[in-house]
Amino acid sequence: MFDIQTQLFEGQDIRFGPIDHEKDPGIESKWTHDSDFMRMYDIDPARPMSAAMMKKKYEKLEKEIEENKNIYHFAIRAREDDGLIGKASIHRIEWSNGNGWIRLGIGAGDDRRKGYGSQALRMLLRFAFAELNLFRVTAAVQEYNEAGIALLKKAGFVEEVRRRQALDRDGRRWDLLVFGLLNDEWQKQAKA
Amino acid sequence: MRDLFRGELVRLTTEEPDAYAKMEVQWQKDTEFHSLMDGDPATVVSEKKLKEWFEKRNESSLKPGRHAFSIRALAEDKLIGFFGLWVDLIHSEAWVGIGIGEREFWNKGYGTDAMKLCLQYAFTELNVHRVSLGLMDYNPRALRSYEKAGFRLEGRTRGDVQRAGKHHDSLWMGILHEEWLQMQNREKQ
Repeated sequence: MFDIQTQLFEGQDIRFGPIDHEKDPGIESKWTHDSDFMRMYDIDPARPMSAAMMKKKYEKLEKEIEENKNIYHFAIRAREDDGLIGKASIHRIEWSNGNGWIRLGIGAGDDRRKGYGSQALRMLLRFAFAELNLFRVTAAVQEYNEAGIALLKKAGFVEEVRRRQALDRDGRRWDLLVFGLLNDEWQKQAKA
Repeated sequence: MRDLFRGELVRLTTEEPDAYAKMEVQWQKDTEFHSLMDGDPATVVSEKKLKEWFEKRNESSLKPGRHAFSIRALAEDKLIGFFGLWVDLIHSEAWVGIGIGEREFWNKGYGTDAMKLCLQYAFTELNVHRVSLGLMDYNPRALRSYEKAGFRLEGRTRGDVQRAGKHHDSLWMGILHEEWLQMQNREKQ
């Protein structure tokens, strides 16, 4: 795990790669037409996006990455055919404090519940802690996102904050949870 | 109708960018004040740049979602601080940032009085469901003031602020509209 030869971007079934501006917009456009996915991935209002809109979004994202230097974004691809299956990112990195926010989504329904999310999270944490050398990472997750909560807990995250009734969805209020994992905790876990 | 812009110790204003930039130039010299306000590194900004920011801020306050106020002490009609409300219109939540830059007005109830006006504005004029804020664990004075204003501690993110070589926790607080109403009713009785 701490070996310098370890390939950071290669997992068992998946790999982290850059955005493919030709192929990816059409695939992610399909994901945005799945409101379940959109409401798990984001707290902004869900809305379908065209491939052209996605393309612009990618360009904006890459510009932000270049200018702000506080975002790392990965396309999650299947090792067998390099097809896009999700996205993972560390954003709002505060270098002086050693904190960053992580985000992860597996886009297509068929690709969920296959362990890709767990693998991607493991790779993302290794990158955050052993490459960026962050002190901690933070993740926000909606009270109704049971798969997300289970994934974070399995990776050793601790529930730190419960922002009561912070979300309004489906005609009721929900809590927004904030989870954290320290570099120390991750290292102990990795060694065990 | 209640006066939205006048409390017991302070009143709320929008200052001219010139006057405000002059104050902020003084306040930014105080790095302890900065570290109480923010988790970012302290820095210095020119009066010209500050003036541009306030011009922009005053303009954006006319749109829904952003509401910035200056705080004046009633006694000397002195500009002592500011607060801003950033509203998530979709989920009906407002985030507050508040600061009293003038040190001689610390610890005397001015911040708490301004926060009362801030919550009154958020809940009766902006009509949000909840108001949120964050602070650092090395600011117990702010914690007491926010608790007095009705905020509840909702958790702490461990070690996410590093100051003077040490990791500190951020504290997260929130108050719901119904909690604020109950508090108003209790105070009336």
